[in-house]
Amino acid sequence: MQSDLMADAISTQRRSEKRRWSVISILLVVLASSFVLDIATGPSLLNVKEVTNALLNLLGFPVEVDPTTKVIVTSLRLPIAIMAVVVGGVLGVGGAEMQTLLNNSMASPYTLGMAAAAGFGAALMLYFGSLGIDTNIAVPLGAFVCCMLAATFLFALATMRHISSGQLILAGIALLFLFQSLLSLVQFVSSPELSQQILFWLFGSLSKASWSNLSIIIGVTAICMFFLIRDAWKLTALRLGEERAKSLGVNVSQLRLRTLFIVAIMTATVTSFVGIIGFVGIVAPNIAKMLVGEDQRFFLPLSFIIGAFLLSSASVLSKVIVPGALFPIGIVTAIIGVPFFFWLILGKRR
Amino acid sequence: MLQVNKLNVALDSLVLAKDMSFSLEAGKVNVIIGPNGTGKSTLLKTLFGDIQAKSGDILFAGDALQRKQLSHWRKQFGYMPQDIRLDVELSVLEVVLLGQLNSLGLRLDDSLIKEALSALDKIGLLHLANRDVNKLSGGQCQMILFAQALMRKPKILMLDEPVSALDLHFQHVLLDHLDTQTKQQGWVTLMVLHDLNLAAQYADNLLVLKDGDVVASGHPNNILTSSLVKEVYKVDAQITKDSSGIPFIRTVRKNNSAPLSPTPKHSSKEVESLV
Repeated sequence: MQSDLMADAISTQRRSEKRRWSVISILLVVLASSFVLDIATGPSLLNVKEVTNALLNLLGFPVEVDPTTKVIVTSLRLPIAIMAVVVGGVLGVGGAEMQTLLNNSMASPYTLGMAAAAGFGAALMLYFGSLGIDTNIAVPLGAFVCCMLAATFLFALATMRHISSGQLILAGIALLFLFQSLLSLVQFVSSPELSQQILFWLFGSLSKASWSNLSIIIGVTAICMFFLIRDAWKLTALRLGEERAKSLGVNVSQLRLRTLFIVAIMTATVTSFVGIIGFVGIVAPNIAKMLVGEDQRFFLPLSFIIGAFLLSSASVLSKVIVPGALFPIGIVTAIIGVPFFFWLILGKRR
Repeated sequence: MLQVNKLNVALDSLVLAKDMSFSLEAGKVNVIIGPNGTGKSTLLKTLFGDIQAKSGDILFAGDALQRKQLSHWRKQFGYMPQDIRLDVELSVLEVVLLGQLNSLGLRLDDSLIKEALSALDKIGLLHLANRDVNKLSGGQCQMILFAQALMRKPKILMLDEPVSALDLHFQHVLLDHLDTQTKQQGWVTLMVLHDLNLAAQYADNLLVLKDGDVVASGHPNNILTSSLVKEVYKVDAQITKDSSGIPFIRTVRKNNSAPLSPTPKHSSKEVESLV
């Protein structure tokens, strides 16, 4: 009788794991569709078959492709589409880990002021004329440095004893207000042209995607994801509460610092290249949690996939809202994200 | 054997242990009792290395607790803190499995799953294995966290008020299992209890804490007296002993010397008829 119950429990657990892998696979297919659609949409509309053939050709399959289509796909649209997937994924994972660390479903690098700090760094660089360096390097560098400065402040707090997750969130919100005010100050003292340049950067844009900056972002993301996956069970244990995680043998302060550092590096890298893109970091992990729970073996990859899908589909929308013009993607994610945010606040069952 | 020598612990200006010394033997259930705020939980956290003592030594099997080797020290512990909230989207089985955190890989081994299910089975909760943990009652969560602590295969098992949310049945399921396993596995078991009668029934060694010191220690049959209860809790109590010599504590009201434990005015049959 007991052995029957045990066998039942094991097969139920295996079924539950299989179901969660299926959810991940289905969403990967959805993401792939959105990725192809993102490449297909633009000033010269391509059909899905042309795009698929161009991608297969690029991967070495013997498929006939029109040379113009191949140039449009590989040189112009593919970097942007990959950028949308990677940046969205990073924002999703960043949010997921912030929510895990701080035990709060409203936490994300955006709400903790890291993105605002990056915006301030970029604005400062634009204001000072890039300090004589190439703008394409200076602006991301300024954004990266300021984002890491904000993160360092959060690290310093996190290392202090008796600093709770709640206090860390409040400190992050204070940082958000501080950097937003500083950003407004830079815009206030800038010329109208410069102010417009800053504003456009703040909107977030994937249009600066190139193979060189993509290789940096993909490299950083791959390394960071490796370390996060390695800590998957420890991060799952952390969701039981800090004291309980300690009782299970987790060095909580070390894990908190390591994860915060990884998230900061990932966020700073993507934000420095694409600007501020809000809400993906909050929305993606919450959807992932609803679909596969908080076992990080599933939660982490799904947060990445959903974040990637959200930004990839926002990229499609940004091209079709105003035909012939590129709508700033940061605005699109906010427009999709705000209603979801309200639903999350008001409609949560618990 | 776990040995504590001249331990001094203070949180800010609050002294919670002053020159505290005691030793705990393997294979025995040691129970800490004492008034609120006297430092019982703090003592457990200090032994676990979560709070740093101002001075004094903590030794287990001859090895001293050292801050630099904290993770090695903690590997020997199963520690069940007081907080029993489990607001997380995980199944009961997954929560219990976390007790073997360092053995978990990206794919769960069948042997580990069986071990976790066996831990649940021993405390009568196998039927909850696949349920979402955030849909369970506080008492069920407490039992599941007990199973998780057992999964760690500890040498030292510390439990902070492990029966605070449990009904009578599960109080005894947990404590009976704890007693059997402690003796079979040779654990050093140390738990905090508030219920003096449970402490009297299950402790092989009772440590009575007051004002940062152990004011009495030994087998409950030998040390639990009304004068000790009065000294520690400032409450009058009548202590009787059952046939096996286990003390039964009945507190007495201060004003009219009526027992604090309610004496039923109606028989159980009368109560049933009223319901």
